Amino acid sequence: MDTVITISSGFFILVGCFLCFSGGVGLLRFPDFYTRMHAVGVTDTLGAGMILIGLMFISSDILVFAKLVMILLLTLLIGPTTSHVLAKAAYHNGLMPKALNKLKKNNDKEANSSTL
Amino acid sequence: MKDLFAVIMLSGIYGLLSASFFVAMDAVDVAFTEAAVGAGISTLLMLVVITMTGRKEKPTRHKPISALFVVIITGGLLIYGTLDMPYFGAADAPIHNHTSPRYINDSMQEIGIPNIVTSVLASYRAFDTFGEVVVIFTAGIGVLAMLSVARRKEDEDDEIASINDSMHQQHLVIRIVAKMLIPFILLFALYVQFHGDFGPGGGFQAGVIFAAAIILYAMLFGLATARRVINQTFIQLIAAIGVLLYGCVGLVSLMNGGNFFDYNVLSSDPIAGQHLGILIIEWGVGCTVASVMVIIFFNFAGRRQFQSLKKQTKHTESSK
Repeated sequence: MDTVITISSGFFILVGCFLCFSGGVGLLRFPDFYTRMHAVGVTDTLGAGMILIGLMFISSDILVFAKLVMILLLTLLIGPTTSHVLAKAAYHNGLMPKALNKLKKNNDKEANSSTL
Repeated sequence: MKDLFAVIMLSGIYGLLSASFFVAMDAVDVAFTEAAVGAGISTLLMLVVITMTGRKEKPTRHKPISALFVVIITGGLLIYGTLDMPYFGAADAPIHNHTSPRYINDSMQEIGIPNIVTSVLASYRAFDTFGEVVVIFTAGIGVLAMLSVARRKEDEDDEIASINDSMHQQHLVIRIVAKMLIPFILLFALYVQFHGDFGPGGGFQAGVIFAAAIILYAMLFGLATARRVINQTFIQLIAAIGVLLYGCVGLVSLMNGGNFFDYNVLSSDPIAGQHLGILIIEWGVGCTVASVMVIIFFNFAGRRQFQSLKKQTKHTESSK
């Protein structure tokens, strides 16, 4: 029983670490604000959740377990909300996704060339 | 760096980082305070300030070389001063031989509280903590004296009406999530307040968390709505009552024949007296900190609203 618990907790923590790591890579490698935020927002919520679930498996105390559940619920609520708010603030301040910017530039060029 | 927003964010990140190295050094109480105050509420208040002052730093006319010179000299002197101190973590440092053993060995018999930090903060060093609370209270009074603005009731009613109209059209997600979370934040603040005897926590952290919940509410639902919920006169009264409560505990212990802030005489049993005294002064600290933070936020943000209103009226007058 002990080995099963240890292995499953290790599995969850490893998956969580991988997800957090991939989020970090995404933050560094993606081209513009929205894709970066998407990478971090999605993977961090899931990754932190996985790590917390892994910790729940090896928690010996019911109190620790309950606290971990509360932290998990809080993360599930707050993570997506903050990503949403961040994206919304960026959009309201007129930041455009990179692809759209390029498209717009091309359109402008075409419009300019057609007027010329 | 010219962008003040980035500067504030960096200082917040610095607060969070230093909180984590306090945790690594097993100073959870300090870490908790740093996370709540340094990373949380001070960042928030500075953000409110830059909404008033503008985001960019003004171009400097003077040369920064002389300032750098002064900073280097001061820093050098400070580092020179630390050379006389015992080596970091040295076992024969005075602090490990003089006061700490007494606190660690005797505080359980004298105070009877598992969290030694709380018994040092609230009982052995109650006078220092009283000073801190008075400093916070003075800050609140200063903000009130300099920034408070009289408001017209009609403006408030208009604002509340407009927010009620757009309640679920704008900011739908954060408004609903905040509505869900605010009760739990308040509950957590109370937990921190009353659990300070047994774990990390206490009046300062609890007050800041409590204030953060109210500030969150004010940011999402408008200042006027929040003012309707949190009566300004009432909260100013609470700030004063907190300090008064703290001071009164000292006075009562004087009258019962002990020293100032000697809680042993508060009850027939010294340990019970200590518990009672610590509970009451933590409560006073929590009240003062929470209400002063709310006062500071409301006056900063209210000032900004006042400025923008004045600009608008000027604009309309000039266009007429």
